[in-house]
Amino acid sequence: MLDYETLKLVWWMLVGILLIGFAVTDGMDMGVGMLLPFVGRKDEERRVAINTVGPHWDGNQVWLITAGGAIFAAWPAVYAAAFSGFYLAMLLVLIGLFFRPVGFDYRSKLDDPRWRSAWDWGLFAGGLIPALIFGVAFGNLLQGVPFHLDSFLKPHYEGSFIWALLPLLNPFALLAGLVSVAMLALHGALWLQIRADGAVAHRAKRAVAVLALVVPLLFALGGVWVWLGIDGYRIVSEPAHSAMPNPLAKEVMRAPGVWLDVYARLPVAMLLPAIGLLAPLLAGLLSRVGRPGLGFVASGLGITGIIATAGVSMFPFVMPSSTQPNSSLTVWDAPSSHLTLTIMFFAVLIFLPIVLAYTVWCYRAMWGKVSIADIEAKKHHAY
Amino acid sequence: MIDQTFVELSRWQFAAVAMYHFIFVPLTLGLSWILVIIESVHVMSGKQIYQDMSRFWTKLFAINFALGVTTGLTMEFQFGTNWAYYSHYVGDVFGAPLAIEGLMAFFLESTFVGLLLLGRDRLSKVQYLVVVFLTALGTNLSALWILVANGWMQNPVGAEFSADTMRMEMTDFWAVVFNPVAQVKFIHTTAAGYVTASMFVIGISAWYLLKGRDVAFAKRSFAVAAGFGLASALSVIVLGDESGYELGDVQKMKLAAIEAEWHTQPAPASFNAVAFPDQEKRENGFEIRVPWALGLIATRSIDTEVPGIGDLVAHAETRVRSGTVAYAMLEKLRAGDKTAETRATFDQHKADLGYGLLLKRYVTDPATATDAQVQAAAWDSVPYVPYLFWSFRIMVGLGFAMLGLFALSFLLLARGTLEKNTWLLRILVWSIPLPWIACETGWFVAEFGRQPWAIGEVLPTFLATSALTTTDIVTSMAAYLLFYSVLLAIEIFLMVRFARLGPSCLHTGRYHHEQNRAPDALPGARLTPAE
Ligand code: HDD
Ligand code: HEM
Ligand code: HEM
Repeated sequence: MLDYETLKLVWWMLVGILLIGFAVTDGMDMGVGMLLPFVGRKDEERRVAINTVGPHWDGNQVWLITAGGAIFAAWPAVYAAAFSGFYLAMLLVLIGLFFRPVGFDYRSKLDDPRWRSAWDWGLFAGGLIPALIFGVAFGNLLQGVPFHLDSFLKPHYEGSFIWALLPLLNPFALLAGLVSVAMLALHGALWLQIRADGAVAHRAKRAVAVLALVVPLLFALGGVWVWLGIDGYRIVSEPAHSAMPNPLAKEVMRAPGVWLDVYARLPVAMLLPAIGLLAPLLAGLLSRVGRPGLGFVASGLGITGIIATAGVSMFPFVMPSSTQPNSSLTVWDAPSSHLTLTIMFFAVLIFLPIVLAYTVWCYRAMWGKVSIADIEAKKHHAY
Repeated sequence: MIDQTFVELSRWQFAAVAMYHFIFVPLTLGLSWILVIIESVHVMSGKQIYQDMSRFWTKLFAINFALGVTTGLTMEFQFGTNWAYYSHYVGDVFGAPLAIEGLMAFFLESTFVGLLLLGRDRLSKVQYLVVVFLTALGTNLSALWILVANGWMQNPVGAEFSADTMRMEMTDFWAVVFNPVAQVKFIHTTAAGYVTASMFVIGISAWYLLKGRDVAFAKRSFAVAAGFGLASALSVIVLGDESGYELGDVQKMKLAAIEAEWHTQPAPASFNAVAFPDQEKRENGFEIRVPWALGLIATRSIDTEVPGIGDLVAHAETRVRSGTVAYAMLEKLRAGDKTAETRATFDQHKADLGYGLLLKRYVTDPATATDAQVQAAAWDSVPYVPYLFWSFRIMVGLGFAMLGLFALSFLLLARGTLEKNTWLLRILVWSIPLPWIACETGWFVAEFGRQPWAIGEVLPTFLATSALTTTDIVTSMAAYLLFYSVLLAIEIFLMVRFARLGPSCLHTGRYHHEQNRAPDALPGARLTPAE
């Protein structure tokens, strides 16, 4: 059996993998949603775009649901503090997500053009809003969140309601939000280039050309900002990593630039931001030379690099507190018990490969280009 | 101090969102199996009509499923957003089944449902049947794991409070999984889903029969639903009785409240068929009693007593007192006292810590509570009796009524006299809402009857909330209610529209509306269903 300290570390990676899995799979169909008004001028064209992801978006979305459940099981303190702390932001995410199941399923059930266009805007919002807010949330984690824990470990927040929401939308966080929107749009555009036919694929290719430059640019800007303009957090003293988790037992300091500590200690970590910068460019190139399939892989790698950069820079912090840094939640003091981490580790070990196997089977069963002719032929059955 | 309005609002928000979710869940649970049955018959017989049936009921399944997902999303995050202290306090135990549900069930159902809806022409018949089966399996596995989580809230086994981490920690995973409450809940709830779907299919089919439309199609659907419904209605009742027996074992207070049994009766206890419970006076205004029945249901014997509310409260009072000691010791431990004596006293009383926490409603430090406060806290352990008493009886009454309907339908169908008995067909159409009422009242009994506890005898509901403001909750509740109500209206609109069209919406040219008029002239001028 794995010891407690190792498992705590493993769970940091597993949560990372689930979040990256969410961004790489569901990010693709959110990207398609965001691009819908641009790639589809006519109803049939929009239906082509929608049907490239039609059979898959729901399974993809489960990465998010499972990540939520896994955070609950593995880091209950984070689940409690993050979702109640970002209360209104989370409400907006959920409302965005509401549009997707109904949007996909109901839009083509009636012929009325107003009905269809309303749901198309719903799908657009359902892609854009969550992508933006997840990015904004990461931007805020990097700056620290205004919360503290009381002696019974209940989380409390500075400011309430709208006054808690507005500071979340600060310039750095909005930049992080844009990185997230751009990288998922790029991913979706590459998918459309692979799976759609005709004008839709053509417009998607043009979108790739732009986004492949925008993503690294925004990401680099964010990196410079973190280096020069953002206070990071560093642990000054803490209990043993294998101790029973107690988020109030450590001492934390705040200083500019310390988020880059890890790259000095562990230079190979530089690979992650490098991938985050270069992979989107590569994706753009591959799309240009007519290899969007490889481009899609590159863009997936880029997403991985970008998310992993944020995670690794903050390590071991998961949710730093700006108002009472000692209350910050870390990889060492936010997890659940040794037994729960062990059980959940085996659950992931058994089920994730099975999930991946049947997911691949389903994608293969539905593979092939979607064209306007297909949609006309299946007018009454397709989305 | 505790802001009771805030707590009430949080509770009603959870209740509203969960009850919306459970409008769609039972139909998914049952209809997915009905699709498996129809699709199996199709594979074996090769007859076109079964494929048409499968295609048609899949359309209605999809309309419902979309909102099941929409409302489920909120549920997944609601523990964190609105019940933050709950999440911290029990996440170590409660989070695990939720995460496993995602890994094992949601992935399965959601990945395959895409193929179920859009992949038919790309798969062989047998492959398609497997896809339908895996979707049904996924939905039912999701019910299993969420009910393991919910069963643990009712009966928190396999876990222990840790003073070091200030939370409940798992000690025995298999005890959590094989929690008897979770097991009975799972079978009762899934069977309730099967009843719901059978009522839905039989009601709509009865309507076609009344109109004399698509009779061959309607009759076959009717037959599937009558058989499946009869079996499910029988199980829901037998297994509901099992739930009652389980309550007599682990949730005595809930049982006593459901039965409005204020005082312990000599064994075997009689059952209140009708009563007007009065919470203030702590007695019933009027009652019709069935001798022996309660004793038999709750204990399966004639010589075991079923404790009444009064005795249970007296017992609760001793536990509240013991809980104050546990609380005082916990404070000492948290303040750094490491002596073995404190630890030992704490361990001795810690099972009652939850009862001590009930006092937090009246005093900041339970150790300083007065006698009057201790008594008030003990009485708080009684849920509000009249609502429980009546909602339980509505569920049970509907259960027997539906059993009767399915049995009659089955009988008349077998005799071949179904179409002559239009009165039954008419009742069946009007009975479509009944299973939903039974399900919602059932959840109300289970959840409202758990009060005042969020986690039975461990964590009072009023302590489990997040540190939010009333404005936050009012805003989110308004947003959820607005969105869900609009979406529900759209869902019902589509459902009614497609149900009215019947198999004609498949555009095969074989069914009523397309045979009697030109296909372009389907009802509804502009808003013509396309799919
Ligand atoms: C007894 C059954 C049952 C109960 C009590 C619940 N659910 Fe549920 N849930 C289902 C049975 C179900 C289902 C049958 O599997 C659904 C309904 C329709 C559907 O799409 O799947 C579903 C959908 C569903 C989804 C969307 C999954 C997807 O994308 O496919 C989520 C995230 C949840 N639920 C979460 C919850 C949570 C957190 C609950 C409790 C607090 C809960 N459900 C109660
Ligand atoms: C989907 C079917 C469900 C319905 C219709 C339902 C209904 C309700 C109702 C009516 C309440 C309010 C009780 C009150 O405050 O008086 C409630 C509260 C609650 N339920 Fe459920 N419930 C469902 C499923 C679940 C499940 C599966 C869980 C856990 C896994 C759960 C956890 C809770 C929690 C945490 C609360 C809030 C705290 C409380 O009031 O105790 N519910 N639910
Ligand atoms: C006629 C006999 C029935 C009996 C004796 C019965 C008994 C019970 C009991 C005792 C509970 C509470 C369990 C708890 O608090 O933990 C319950 C809950 C419930 N009932 Fe029933 N029931 C019956 C019929 C039905 C029917 C016909 C339906 C729906 C079609 C239904 C749906 C539910 C649901 C959804 C719950 C909540 C989940 C649960 O706690 O298991 N019941 N039932």
